[in-house]
Amino acid sequence: MSVNQASAISTVGEGHMTAMELGGLRGLANLPNQVYRKSVKRGFEFTLMVVGESGLGKSTLINSLFLTDLYSKDYPGPSQRIKKTVQVEQSKVLIKEGGVQLTLTIVDTPGFGDAVDNSNCWQPVINYIDSKCEDFLNAESRVNRRSMPDNRVHCCLYFIAPSGHGLKPLDIEFMKRLHDKVNVIPLIAKADTLTPEECQLFKKQIMKEIQEHKIKIYEFPDTEDDEDNKLIRKIKEKMPLAVVGSNVVIEVNGKKVRGRQYPWGVAEVENGEHCDFTVLRNMLIRTHMQNLKDVTNNVHYENYRSKKLAAVTCNGVDNSKVKGQLTKSPLAQMEEERREHVMKMKKMEAEMEQVFEMKVKEKKQKLKDSEAELERRHEQMKRNLEAQYKELEEKRRVFEEEKINWEAQQKILEQQKLDASKSKNLVCVLFF
Amino acid sequence: MSDIVPPEVKPKPAIPANTGPLVPPTSAIPVPVGSHSTAQSASGGSTLLGYIGIDTIIEQMRKKTMKAGFDFNIMVVGHSGLGKSTLLNTLFKSQVSRRNAGWPRDEKIPKTVEIKSVSHVIEEGGVKMKLTVVDTPGFGDQINNDNCWEPISKYINEQFEKFLKEEVNITRKKRIPDTRVHCCIYFIPPTGHSLRQLDIEFMKRLSHSVNIIPVIAKADTMTIEERQEFKQRVRKELETSGVEFYPQKEFDDDMEDKSDNDKIRETMPFAVVGSDKEYQVNGKRVLGRKTAWGIVEVENSNHCEFAKLRDFLIRSHLQDLKEVTHNIHYETYRAKRLNENGGLHPISSNGTQESNL
Repeated sequence: MSVNQASAISTVGEGHMTAMELGGLRGLANLPNQVYRKSVKRGFEFTLMVVGESGLGKSTLINSLFLTDLYSKDYPGPSQRIKKTVQVEQSKVLIKEGGVQLTLTIVDTPGFGDAVDNSNCWQPVINYIDSKCEDFLNAESRVNRRSMPDNRVHCCLYFIAPSGHGLKPLDIEFMKRLHDKVNVIPLIAKADTLTPEECQLFKKQIMKEIQEHKIKIYEFPDTEDDEDNKLIRKIKEKMPLAVVGSNVVIEVNGKKVRGRQYPWGVAEVENGEHCDFTVLRNMLIRTHMQNLKDVTNNVHYENYRSKKLAAVTCNGVDNSKVKGQLTKSPLAQMEEERREHVMKMKKMEAEMEQVFEMKVKEKKQKLKDSEAELERRHEQMKRNLEAQYKELEEKRRVFEEEKINWEAQQKILEQQKLDASKSKNLVCVLFF
Repeated sequence: MSDIVPPEVKPKPAIPANTGPLVPPTSAIPVPVGSHSTAQSASGGSTLLGYIGIDTIIEQMRKKTMKAGFDFNIMVVGHSGLGKSTLLNTLFKSQVSRRNAGWPRDEKIPKTVEIKSVSHVIEEGGVKMKLTVVDTPGFGDQINNDNCWEPISKYINEQFEKFLKEEVNITRKKRIPDTRVHCCIYFIPPTGHSLRQLDIEFMKRLSHSVNIIPVIAKADTMTIEERQEFKQRVRKELETSGVEFYPQKEFDDDMEDKSDNDKIRETMPFAVVGSDKEYQVNGKRVLGRKTAWGIVEVENSNHCEFAKLRDFLIRSHLQDLKEVTHNIHYETYRAKRLNENGGLHPISSNGTQESNL
């Protein structure tokens, strides 16, 4: 975006063309700046995956690329620990430079290609990439999409051992399986093993094999700028890039350079004639980082998404039918899908109604039953109560009778007593 | 081993230089006709009395072997791209590798481990050596490398079997052609970390049937410090896995051998670089590899240990390799074999084996 000074061509007067400056008539020229400022505030994310056998210098290269010590002596990288199975490990680092901050995630795959039997050692890698795409898909489909962290793998650096002959079966298998899921950039590791002629031959051989097996490695897109195109063409000729990594500073001819010290000389990391490290760094960080993200988003992610969603809607349909559907136009297919969907909905609705009715009937029946039951009990209880009442009445009657009897008896007794006392009184009186 | 053969030696000028009449030795040792001694000179000095001339047997043996020539079979094992062929060419300073013998550069990696052997006759200073190089393309190159050592193990045992059959014959040949593998150079990839699982498995299984010499291939990948660290780690790992590489500790004859071999064992595995191209360095023509930042000299001991390997392999321990193979590895195989099915029956010669020299 070197166009800061927009030239808004306007016809003034008699078809005069005047170039307007920034902040001119409409101020559209300032738009790139606004985008830039917003993105800078937001910060950038980038996920880089490194794959290769152990001992190919992956950790050293990452340290050299980003001038950090992601894997230092205190925290030895995965390569220092021997792994029995392939693991996928990720480490995040926040890099700030000139006000721009980048959240860099490095995904490492220790144990890749190290066992005696390496069949399917690419499976954990594929699973990891798919799971990140799935996370993004779910986040995209949610209702609340405020924060959508982009953890998809944007670029996969594949390290080829510098044998000088060609690709190994493992290399070919891996790249074939991953070239339509992620941007694959093959690199020749430890390139200081090869002399310049050997390196050329090796690169040619690798590119030949890549074409033979129809492996789609990351292609640098052509830009409108001619200058850039020339550069890009130069880069394309150098593929795959032969890299050397080092963070050790050595003095050569009074200059301090990063390199590797041998008894016969110093292999400089940033010297374009010694290796392609600077090309890789410029390409990866300075010019094509955004493009890598775009390709991941537009091509690899969309591939994954359409495969995933197609699998869901065509669920239960015969395979041959699916093939037939794919030949129709997308609109017709969508119509059909919609119709199918609607029919399915209707069916489901009808079924649900049925089920609902049945349930209601059942419930009513149950309620009736329990009502009847209650009534019965109620009757029974009433009867019981009445019986008891009658009994009690009986008892009371009996009791009353007894009471009357007793009272009568009491009266008689009293009468007798009175009579007795009366007669006693008479006797007394008689005596006086 | 057929060595009790009367040597045909012509009368040789005696060591303290005197005339020719053959004087029979004084002792009663039956010396075959033709041996000579310089017992009495004309002057009859007492210092020469008793000189028998047994030490000239060395000379006799030398002549004999010069006529007969050597057999040496060397096997190289390692996955492709480690510079095996180049190293062999450098070692024997001639184009001995499979590729130059007419087999084209492998376009495709073979699906199983193959065994390919090429023979050359090399002559130097009157000594003829029949060198057989056994290559193992496809080792360790597949995705699944289980049991890739089995074809190699089978081949080694087959050679032992061949020799055994010849030995057990009723009418034996004068000189049994020796195709047994005397030495196996195993190429360790210079990862800089440690041995791979495959390396350990292979060496464990084959150290009992053949002399294994591990070397670190493409040593110009590593700086000197990295090399030292890597070597130490590799040695430790070999020790913990119980791999006895040549020279094996148990076969040291005496103290002198032991101290010599100890010194060698300390520096093994050798970190080598091979090259068959020559460049001009300081006015001299040297074998080396030319990179953009310098020339790696193959025979410069500050750069790599190729010279050490060559001296060890060819100049000092060649005969010992053959002997250990014959006396120890072959005997172990033979004992095992004869104890198995109750022994082998001697086969009458049927003339199918040709002696190839």
